[in-house]
Amino acid sequence: MENHYFQPEVECADRESLRALQSQRLREMIKRCYEKVPFYRKKLDEAGIKPEDIKSVDDIKRLPFTTKNDLRDNYPYGLFAVPREELIRIHASSGTTGNPTVVGYTRHDVDVWADGAARALAAAGCTTSDFVHVSYGYGLFTGGLGLHYGAEKLGAAVIPVSSGNTQRQVQILKDFGSNFLCCTPSYAAYIGETCRDMGVDTKEIALRGGIFGAEAWSEGMRENIEKLLNINAYDIYGLSEIAGPGVSYECPEKNGLHVCEDYFYPEIINPETGEVLPDGEYGELVFTCIGKEALPLIRYRTRDICALNHEKCACGRTLVRMAKPRGRTDDMLVIRGVNVFPSQIEFVLTGMGLEPNYVLVVDRAHNLDTLEVKVEMTPEMFSDSVKNIEAVERRMAAKLHTVLNISAKVTLVEPKSIARSEGKAQRIIDNRKI
Amino acid sequence: MIIKQLSIFVENKEGRLSEITQTLADNNVDIRALSIADTTDYGILRLIVNNPDAALSALKSEGMTVSLTDVIAIAVPDTPGGLNKAVKVLSEKNISIEYMYAFLNPRKDTAFVIMRVEDNERAIKALTDGGIRLMHNDEIYSL
Repeated sequence: MENHYFQPEVECADRESLRALQSQRLREMIKRCYEKVPFYRKKLDEAGIKPEDIKSVDDIKRLPFTTKNDLRDNYPYGLFAVPREELIRIHASSGTTGNPTVVGYTRHDVDVWADGAARALAAAGCTTSDFVHVSYGYGLFTGGLGLHYGAEKLGAAVIPVSSGNTQRQVQILKDFGSNFLCCTPSYAAYIGETCRDMGVDTKEIALRGGIFGAEAWSEGMRENIEKLLNINAYDIYGLSEIAGPGVSYECPEKNGLHVCEDYFYPEIINPETGEVLPDGEYGELVFTCIGKEALPLIRYRTRDICALNHEKCACGRTLVRMAKPRGRTDDMLVIRGVNVFPSQIEFVLTGMGLEPNYVLVVDRAHNLDTLEVKVEMTPEMFSDSVKNIEAVERRMAAKLHTVLNISAKVTLVEPKSIARSEGKAQRIIDNRKI
Repeated sequence: MIIKQLSIFVENKEGRLSEITQTLADNNVDIRALSIADTTDYGILRLIVNNPDAALSALKSEGMTVSLTDVIAIAVPDTPGGLNKAVKVLSEKNISIEYMYAFLNPRKDTAFVIMRVEDNERAIKALTDGGIRLMHNDEIYSL
């Protein structure tokens, strides 16, 4: 596949000049944080760091971390570094536990974010003559507007469908000739299934690619979506605290996500000790927003687990790649002391040729955690004999045990009985009362 | 000699069975015999009907997991030892029975037994040689 770049001068820059740019932006950022954000002035003073001590990105490891709790403690605008008149946008993440986290953008910040999303679209092969169908939700969630601005910045035509009404999504894909689809991977799979149910032949629609993010997803899920929709499916990563979708993105190599490190400087740390880890080692991803004005977070702990790779990519980009995140520590379940990510269950199911429609039910019986995985029955699995169905359940349970290291009970449920999601999929029912 | 049985996956949930029977009623499908294999979480409903193909497509279009299974049906006298004779024939030939269910013919002194065996051809031969009457599919569908 031919390589497309949105900003080749940055995406393929030599590492040395990129580093000089990062160091300069970091110096300016730390100075600004110290002057404009009382929270950071206090934190830096406590750490005995003066802004002039930070000379290059080598010094970044001396800086203190910022956590989601810091954002909550300073709810809603306490960490903003610019006066109100410079803000042009507010977004927020859902507050499932406590206050939502509120983020703000200046015109420059919206532009920076749009660069990231535009780079992602271009890397997926999107051009100015394409139609970009955005099925992320529009609103406080950054998905919809993030890809919307990215597509406009690239010069493609946006079809701002937003999420929901899946049959209408399919109708629009078909009638409007959408070339690229942007939504969560679980919604992409649902749209694909709906095409099939509606008898729409995906070989006959104009869709070529899709950019899917806001959830961790497996290679098996990629194959499933690519097959269902007859497209190339690319991962896009982001979080509202840093900007939104477009912080990093996949290229046609599909071997890691290129980080827009001219704006967002990444590190991997040991989540226990805070120590910076070398390339290839998995740990918690941390970002410093060296290119942003309104919310310049220093060493923000994303709770995402992944690894970095600074080798030049075959696509020509020199931007560092992060491994596909295994999932956010927030999505992680601790069952009988073992860490379980929903993406691991997805990996097992797609590995068995099944569509990843599942729900995890966690409960506690006699002080012991139990895990039940509900999976939809398919015609291939079905048999008139209980013996054969039980054999399928046992085979699935054995594979889950190998991957998860804990035993799980598999329950087969009727087709389509697991709710499909139009945004981030709800995969977990935790009935434990602790 | 081969009878088509409908096998339907039924999750143990309120109202599921009535959805199935409603679909069959709406499509004028007449049930000849039925049995349910039940487990904690689900059951497999096995049905012999007058028109298996029509029932299959009606249930499929309702999104249900359903398949057709090849079974055999025998007619045995409704007297003590009637079934024993047939089962013995199969046992002597080492043909295992996966499951079976029976129903009476109200008009004659005969019981019909539906059998799912591991090897239909061998079972048909063994039963025929053993003097057991096998029922033709038209005979069952049109009861």
